[in-house]
Amino acid sequence: MNAAAMLSTQVKYVNKAFWRNPASAFFTFAFPLMFLVIFTSLLGNHSLRVSANGPVVSTSTYYVAAMAAYAVISATYNNIAIGLAIQRDSGVLKRTKGTPIPSGVYILGRLIHAFFVSLILVVITAAYGRLFYHASLPTGRPLVEFLAMLLVGTMAFCALGFAITTVIPNADAAPAVVNASILPLLFLSGIFIPLASNAPSWLLWIARIFPVRHFALGMDAGFVGTAFSWNDVWVVAAWGLGAFAVSFRFFTWEPKN
Amino acid sequence: MESDTTASAIRVRGLVKSYGKSPALRGVDLDIPRGEIFALLGPNGAGKTTFVEILEGFRHRDAGEVSVLGLDPNHQPMALKTRIGIVLQSSGMDRYLNVAETVAMYSSYYPHPRPVDEILEQVGLTEKRKERVLRLSGGQQRRLDVAIALAGNPELLFLDEPTTGFDPSARREVWEVIKNLRRLGTTVVLTTHFMDEAQYLADRLAVIARGRIVAEGDPATLAGRDRMQATIRFTLPEGTALPDALSALTVVQGRSCEIVSGRVTKDLHDLTDWALSCDVSLEDLRVDRPSLEDVYLELTSDESGEP
Repeated sequence: MNAAAMLSTQVKYVNKAFWRNPASAFFTFAFPLMFLVIFTSLLGNHSLRVSANGPVVSTSTYYVAAMAAYAVISATYNNIAIGLAIQRDSGVLKRTKGTPIPSGVYILGRLIHAFFVSLILVVITAAYGRLFYHASLPTGRPLVEFLAMLLVGTMAFCALGFAITTVIPNADAAPAVVNASILPLLFLSGIFIPLASNAPSWLLWIARIFPVRHFALGMDAGFVGTAFSWNDVWVVAAWGLGAFAVSFRFFTWEPKN
Repeated sequence: MESDTTASAIRVRGLVKSYGKSPALRGVDLDIPRGEIFALLGPNGAGKTTFVEILEGFRHRDAGEVSVLGLDPNHQPMALKTRIGIVLQSSGMDRYLNVAETVAMYSSYYPHPRPVDEILEQVGLTEKRKERVLRLSGGQQRRLDVAIALAGNPELLFLDEPTTGFDPSARREVWEVIKNLRRLGTTVVLTTHFMDEAQYLADRLAVIARGRIVAEGDPATLAGRDRMQATIRFTLPEGTALPDALSALTVVQGRSCEIVSGRVTKDLHDLTDWALSCDVSLEDLRVDRPSLEDVYLELTSDESGEP
């Protein structure tokens, strides 16, 4: 079997296992959509200014973009890191290493699957926002920019998910390590609570260092109509490449003892 | 692919491996012919798993020569992986796929897979083909491990402690599957610390202790077990005394007697001859040979051999 056929078969089985696992299907899929409904319903009637001199939009539109970002991050970073830590500790990865499937094909299979799950989540989020809250949907050039950010973001957060497994000591610790690393950044980056114009500057600076804020700004540009900046894409890509380098060097296929 | 026609499936010379400063393997030489079920027997920490993991390509050796199916596991890992199957000591699989999907997924990794139905038939999981992995019993999961290892139609199969932690009936299930592999002509290398497992399954075995092979041979004749002295045991009736000729050979404790004998036929004849002529009934008369376990314990005890 050639590599391409092997890859598509791999994606097929990853996908089957994903939907049958109640934990991954719920936390990756239902959870962000649930947050979307809660946030927009609860806070939808206000309006806010997205950035210092950005447009004023309704909170619900803001949350459509923010929850799209959150959904992508949990489908990639959280799902890959926790899933791989479990697979590593239970010996699935070691078993795979003893077969002739190239490591790259195995890893790429998970990446592609995470991208498709992200894409579906973004489409559902956008459709929900469009139907109930008149969120704007990107077309033309903004759509291309949006998809570029989505693709780069998915790959980068997958790579970060691979990288974080290198410091996860065992499968039991995986959810704790993943949440401890991502939740503060989600808050700092205005995913759950919009960053008001009076937000302390040290906080904005920290947010500016990490990739979550930049990815969220890219999602905003698509839905909210703020200016798109390729710099955000480059920052996310740089984090992705760094994470890839770390994974390449430190990722282990055998359980950590 | 069939360019390698040597009789040996595995050839190892002077294999050395250390973890930090502690030596795990200290010069192992071994040949395993094709088509054989070979057991590597040894206590925990003797170096069994290190040894097979070097053969499988999971670990790199420090020194020595290793040839598996004519390939070097360090330098030709891909070519080797397509021709071997590995059952690790314990390794998970995706719990949410069903049995047939699991085998089919692993089959897709190999250039010349065996048909999934054929494999399931062989490991006795045909009826369970639609069952999710998470609903299988321990023995069934182990058989699925073997099925996965057979997916690529391997010439050589490694089984690392295939039945450790199983109840007797699950062990039997797995044993029957392994025994049946002989018919396919698959070479099987299994590690175990169970004597009965080695004795039941293996054509030949090696005992590994403290990083060295301390004995190698047929389970029945290992370490000269067949030529070792046998022990004749019996119980004398109350108030009976042995004749002098026999008495000199016998260690008596109360009424129970033991004769450690290098000439079992003669000593047994003398004993029963005397018993018949005097109408003495020798209760629970039996002849014991050192069991494989006795030999094994002797070979692997810390006192024997080098420190």
